[in-house]
Amino acid sequence: MKLLTCLKQIPDRDTRYEINAAGTGIKTSDLTFEISECDEYSLEESLKLREEHGGEVAILTLGPQRAEKSIRKGLAMGADRAILVRDDEGKVTTPHAVAKVLAEVLKEEEYDLILTGTQSDDWSYAQTGVLLAELLGLPHATIVMEIRADPAQKKVKALREMESGWFQWVELPMPAVLTIQAGISQIRYASLKGIMQAKKKEIRNVELSDLNVDLSSIPEIEVLKVYFPVVEKKAEILQGSTAEVVEQLVEKLKKEAKVL
Amino acid sequence: MSEKIYVLIDHGEGEIRTPSLESLALGQRMAEEAGFSLHALILGNEIGPLAERLGKQKVDSVLLVEDQKLANYDPDVYCRALSEILTEDQPYLFLMGHIYQNIDLAPKLAAAINRGLVTDCIGYRKEGDDFVFVRQMFRNKLNADVQFRSEHPWIVTLQTGATSVDDLKEGSGQVVERSLDLSAVELRRKQLEAFEATQGKVDLSQAELIVAVGRGIKKAENLKIIEELAEALGAEIAASRPVVDSEWLTRDRQIGSSGQTVSPRLYLACGISGAIQHIVGMKNAQCIVAINTDPNAPIFNIATYGIVGDLFEIVPALTKKLKE
Repeated sequence: MKLLTCLKQIPDRDTRYEINAAGTGIKTSDLTFEISECDEYSLEESLKLREEHGGEVAILTLGPQRAEKSIRKGLAMGADRAILVRDDEGKVTTPHAVAKVLAEVLKEEEYDLILTGTQSDDWSYAQTGVLLAELLGLPHATIVMEIRADPAQKKVKALREMESGWFQWVELPMPAVLTIQAGISQIRYASLKGIMQAKKKEIRNVELSDLNVDLSSIPEIEVLKVYFPVVEKKAEILQGSTAEVVEQLVEKLKKEAKVL
Repeated sequence: MSEKIYVLIDHGEGEIRTPSLESLALGQRMAEEAGFSLHALILGNEIGPLAERLGKQKVDSVLLVEDQKLANYDPDVYCRALSEILTEDQPYLFLMGHIYQNIDLAPKLAAAINRGLVTDCIGYRKEGDDFVFVRQMFRNKLNADVQFRSEHPWIVTLQTGATSVDDLKEGSGQVVERSLDLSAVELRRKQLEAFEATQGKVDLSQAELIVAVGRGIKKAENLKIIEELAEALGAEIAASRPVVDSEWLTRDRQIGSSGQTVSPRLYLACGISGAIQHIVGMKNAQCIVAINTDPNAPIFNIATYGIVGDLFEIVPALTKKLKE
């Protein structure tokens, strides 16, 4: 099977962010970067499918040069090769624009399955995978928690997560796009051997300007302002040492809230 | 002629889904503010009674599209139906609930009609004559104001719980049947069996006391302190999504939009930041206690009592105190 995984590099999830000078994003100068969580799960699934059915796993990333570090991690986990669409100036930001660029690159590629994350941990639009499917004219399934591929029949079964603890199996003809949900499996660590091999694997750089994409024709959305939400703290915050707050809490649960 | 706002009404098991009613409530407010007309759009098969019910809300009309192919959600046929209607009617805004079905559908629709989409909004502001939409990002740590730079209709999905169905105003709107020719649409996705992951397993809906644990517990071995606290209280253990994703606890203990909904007397949230997806599953608890190191964690917005501190100190101390 030919598997293609879209990886996005995002700022470290656990950092406390600062707003940038323009007020339209976060300061990235002092941050470290990592692979968006759902995307890492989608790479893991691609590797599993290759182990089961043979074939190839390719990574496709849109981002600046620093994204190479995340791609190397993906290659060390076991991907065979990678394509980085270089956007050093950060021109392509909205999901529709990203999907148009990725779709253009994919015209030159062969694949049975494209796997993306359901949503990213930075802007969290949850759009790119589905936009990509429609732009490529492919069927899709979102929020996928299990995959069973049948390459001989050119079919894939995907388990979709639904609301309130429900799940549903769907079947799609391949090629298809699946957007992967966090928690689908356990993500492997790169082995030392994998890390060594990754250094020799190909990362093909594609310049944005070499692609035939007219960014001006994209139905855009614009982020005017980014800010910290105003917190209306409802909670009564208990103050004091550990012993004191615990004592107050038990007292309040018994006498005030009367729940114990 | 005034501009129009359309709201997609999702339904299942013969009932209108709550997130759609929330979208309708928001649509009512926006339409009123801007002087636009408001129209509920419902797709399905043999759903006349649902359309009648929608007609009793404050809407200018209910657009009813019935077809055997629309009986169950399918992305290809739903996308085609909506594309035709939106292209022909050109509403100013198309509102949908940010439910799993629309996460599957909305971007496909946006690509199909080449229009902008802003997902998972929690509200809006008026900026001059324009609407600006507010959404959360970076795991709900930041908000963003987003404006469309595309042609209408603008497509917006609305986060569950962002508005209340209590705000819904009654009125009367005429049901208008609309027929579409969907015979040529090929359904590429085959629907196979559906099942409930929690069925026959842990039912937390009746639990009186719940100790819930989140990402802050860091690793599976650390769960022991949570188990001891739950035992001291005689409480059930529950979890937020990251804990279940890491397989530290089973999925039947997950609380939130993709897990169980609970309303215990006491909900003790340890190391849970309070993402909206978690909060929708537990906000009706009578008393909520939050223990978290981050004083800005959204869980403190809904908790009754909060302790800003390290759960690895607080939880064992609390267990000890309760045993006294």
